[in-house]
Amino acid sequence: MKEIDELILPDDLRYTEDHEWAKPQGNGFRIGITDFAQDQLGDIVFVELPRVGDTLPAKQQFGTVESVKTVAELYMPLSGEILAVNELLEASPELVNSDPYEKGWMVEIKPEKPAEFESLLSKSGYLETIRGKK
Amino acid sequence: MRYLPHTKEDIDSMLQEIGATSIDDFFSTVPSCCRRTQGMNLPGPLTEWDLNSRLASLSGNSERKVFVGAGSYEHFIPHVVTSLAGRSEFVTSYTPYQPEISQGTLQGIYEYQTLVCRLLGMEVANASLYDGASALAEALLMAIRITGKKRVAVSRAVHPHYRQVARTYLGPSGYEFIELPYDSSGTTDLSSLESMDSFAALALQSPNFFGCIEDLGTASASAHHKEALFISSFTEPLAYGILKNPGLAGADIACGEGQSFGISQSFGGPGLGIFAGRMKHVRSMPGRLVGETVDADGRRGFVLTLATREQHIRREKATSNICTNNSLCALTSAMYMSCLGGSGMRELALLNHDKSEYLKRELQKAGLRIAFQSPTFHEFVVEFPPGFESEYKRLLKNGIVPGIPLSSYYPELVGHYLICVTETKTREDMDALVKEVRP
Amino acid sequence: MKDSDLATTGLVRQEPLLWEKGREGREGFSMPRRDVDSFPMDESLIGPKPEVPSLSEVEIVRHYTRLSTWNFGVDTGMYPLGSCTMKYNPKVNEKLASLPGFAGAHPLLPERMVQGNLRLMFELERHLAEITGMDAVTLQPAAGAQGELTGMLLIHAYHKSRGRHPAKILVPDTAHGTNPASAALCGMRPVPLKSGDKGFLSKEAVLDLMDEDTAGIMVTNPNTLGLFEENLKEIAEIVHAKGGLVYGDGANMNAIMGLVDMGRIGVDILHLNLHKTFSTPHGGGGPGSGPVCVKRSLEPFLPIPRIVVQREEFALSEDFPLSIGRLHGFYGNFGIMVRAYCYILSMGAEGLKQASRLAVLNANYIKERLKGIFHLPFDRPCMHECVFSDRLQKARKIMTVDIAKRLMDYGFHPPTIYFPLVVDGAIMIEPTETESKEDLDLFIEAMKSIAEEAKENPELLKKAPAKCKVKRLDETLAARRPCLAG
Repeated sequence: MKEIDELILPDDLRYTEDHEWAKPQGNGFRIGITDFAQDQLGDIVFVELPRVGDTLPAKQQFGTVESVKTVAELYMPLSGEILAVNELLEASPELVNSDPYEKGWMVEIKPEKPAEFESLLSKSGYLETIRGKK
Repeated sequence: MRYLPHTKEDIDSMLQEIGATSIDDFFSTVPSCCRRTQGMNLPGPLTEWDLNSRLASLSGNSERKVFVGAGSYEHFIPHVVTSLAGRSEFVTSYTPYQPEISQGTLQGIYEYQTLVCRLLGMEVANASLYDGASALAEALLMAIRITGKKRVAVSRAVHPHYRQVARTYLGPSGYEFIELPYDSSGTTDLSSLESMDSFAALALQSPNFFGCIEDLGTASASAHHKEALFISSFTEPLAYGILKNPGLAGADIACGEGQSFGISQSFGGPGLGIFAGRMKHVRSMPGRLVGETVDADGRRGFVLTLATREQHIRREKATSNICTNNSLCALTSAMYMSCLGGSGMRELALLNHDKSEYLKRELQKAGLRIAFQSPTFHEFVVEFPPGFESEYKRLLKNGIVPGIPLSSYYPELVGHYLICVTETKTREDMDALVKEVRP
Repeated sequence: MKDSDLATTGLVRQEPLLWEKGREGREGFSMPRRDVDSFPMDESLIGPKPEVPSLSEVEIVRHYTRLSTWNFGVDTGMYPLGSCTMKYNPKVNEKLASLPGFAGAHPLLPERMVQGNLRLMFELERHLAEITGMDAVTLQPAAGAQGELTGMLLIHAYHKSRGRHPAKILVPDTAHGTNPASAALCGMRPVPLKSGDKGFLSKEAVLDLMDEDTAGIMVTNPNTLGLFEENLKEIAEIVHAKGGLVYGDGANMNAIMGLVDMGRIGVDILHLNLHKTFSTPHGGGGPGSGPVCVKRSLEPFLPIPRIVVQREEFALSEDFPLSIGRLHGFYGNFGIMVRAYCYILSMGAEGLKQASRLAVLNANYIKERLKGIFHLPFDRPCMHECVFSDRLQKARKIMTVDIAKRLMDYGFHPPTIYFPLVVDGAIMIEPTETESKEDLDLFIEAMKSIAEEAKENPELLKKAPAKCKVKRLDETLAARRPCLAG
């Protein structure tokens, strides 16, 4: 498992306490899980994603991510409609481990309230929550 | 007592080493309000020799000719199966959570899963459930999970106990349980299906409780036409040594009882819940799954896999609560299937069928009415004339059990008896039975 | 001590899969004599011949004999799986369960013909009621989890009969996964209950959460940390006061036979595991048996059929209108009941009590001798099992899984790992009473040696097991690319 200073946490993303990240992408946002989350889970074997068209509020569960011995729920950082899901993850769930911020993205949403992005944690805020839990 | 190795010296030495004065010290955390006020009132202890006598007298005499099936079948069990299944490395091991020292069980169950798939024409089978009844209940719950619909349709020709168990499982969640009637041919009447509101699954049993072979293909198509899953249940897997299998008919789930495959009847249990489905639904399947993989040196090995469906990880969101299943029975059935082989299965199935046909025709010649005209496998329903009950009792006293009366299960079938013939009955046995029951 | 003192490699054959062997024309079965004519079936009913390989008897015997040599059982060595109670499985019980009157009995035989079988079940019910301090018993559930489902259904039926439909049930954080899974199957939402910092439940925590919309509580006693739930009697009173019921998970009964009265504590429903406490074999994952014992008030709801005495004979009756129904195709795992019955008769009351006392002695002996070498989260008298963690070894990046795998190289089956969830990196050790002092001492020495290796030579643990038929297996691959049939 990685030490805190080994974690990759891009500056231009925002984070949640539940270890999701959000990034502006076109008119919407892309969402995935952080390097901390993938490191803690270990080898990811399956990702369950919602259907395109589903509309979910912030903090609602949108899917699950499984490693061999654990299941973790995935929660919406912002409210919105699912525009796209990363279909590559069905055959290659390991992308979440190897490239959690780029190839391992999970869903793309059209936000209901784009301002919600501002109230998410910055990189330093997120690091605080991890340090606190450790 | 020979199962308790500690001598007084052992106990004293152990207590001394850890600084305790008596075993009672360790129970200091048990409040007195929780303790027994008196010793346990139990018989024994019996010596091994007295135990043998006691059990011998309880087990009694078993010399009888039993022409009964109805979910439990008398088949010859090759001694080689009993001998191999009795090896203590199989018997005294537990669930293979540590795969490196459980490769025997794991490969054995992987082979079992594969043989079940081949027999039933399905894509994936689990490592066992408790019995055919709970397997049907789990299949219905799985269909409800997959489709999101809250209603199921189950044929009345499915084993009455299986329907009772399914109702018990489905009851608390308020799912609707619709029973479809059977018609005069002895098979399920699907005509009400078309006008039924959306439902999760249609479940039939074939051969059904009356021994009649159902038209699985038509049932499957009807279910799919209504966007429901088709569940094909069975109590006698040997039938698939000859009959078209559920997979060919398009079943989404095939489930039933595997006791016929090398497992003693044992007064109803332990049996074997066989459960098979499609790969696309595998993450909704209950029960354990053994998968193939490689070890650190690249050698083939087997492990329990997709465990995230199960209770120890998913807890209240698990696909089932099952933990201990019927693993040794599954292994036993694989041993039995290996003994038979595909050709042997076919030959034995035909023998069962033909013996049953022989008895059926002899009873007809003797003037008795066969209730249903549909083709049967090795069970069929006979109607005996009024007053047969006293004959039945007389035959029991002579150690012959000529079927079971159906009226307690199907009140409209008074005087009807379900008779089963397996390879264990000789022509002489059958001729003797006909002689006794002819009107 | 060196691991090679206890375990070595030997000649073990590789063995292919069944369908990689055999040849068309080989036979492994003695086909019975055909003494009737052929009555050909309608062609349209006939399917293709099943693709099951044809093997000779010798091939089958070698196949399964070789497979068995790759397994470790209780008969091989100590198997200290916490909460599984891997005690010795008496061989005479196997013989007696296979007596023709038992093994060859059809379940639907007229009751007159199977009085001995029914008597055995009736007496077993009485003995289990006596051992637990409860009033009535069903032997029908086929395993502990099915017993739990039965318990949940009983609770649901009980409340329904009083016009109530509580939606929640309290489940401690130390509970076995089958507990919340069984509750959910019954439409009840499990409400998590935190154990106190001493490792057992506090009255306050229960008082806080118990209300009239809560059906009751599911408690394992002793709990999965191996500790007696010291506040259980008061907790039962709190639950009862709000109209709830107390469900006891009796998986850990092996600690308390002859000592504790579950009925007196206030438990309303209790399941037992015959394949744990009552010595019936585990069979590589079953079959087991999970009888459920209840207080008189719940008796009307028990599953049918029930064994009754009518005119001095035993009979099976479905005449219980409030029953939750049937759980099993017939009466439960009768073959397993026979074994448990033999065990109880062989041990007698004093024997069972002594078994519990020695199980508890063995666990405390291990706990005291390993504490300090491994981190002990709860340093109090334990019952029949004790829980350690990998905290002391984690500093060197050695985890519980590595310790477990290295134990195999010493010839022991590992304890239960990563359960209960309340202890990070849990190692749950349950020796049972059938392990002798010498075997316990060897186990303790092995664990000490492994703790040393963790400091001096951690590679030995990381690469373990080295002596088994296979090295560590790629579970990730098995889950990512499932290959579930050949």
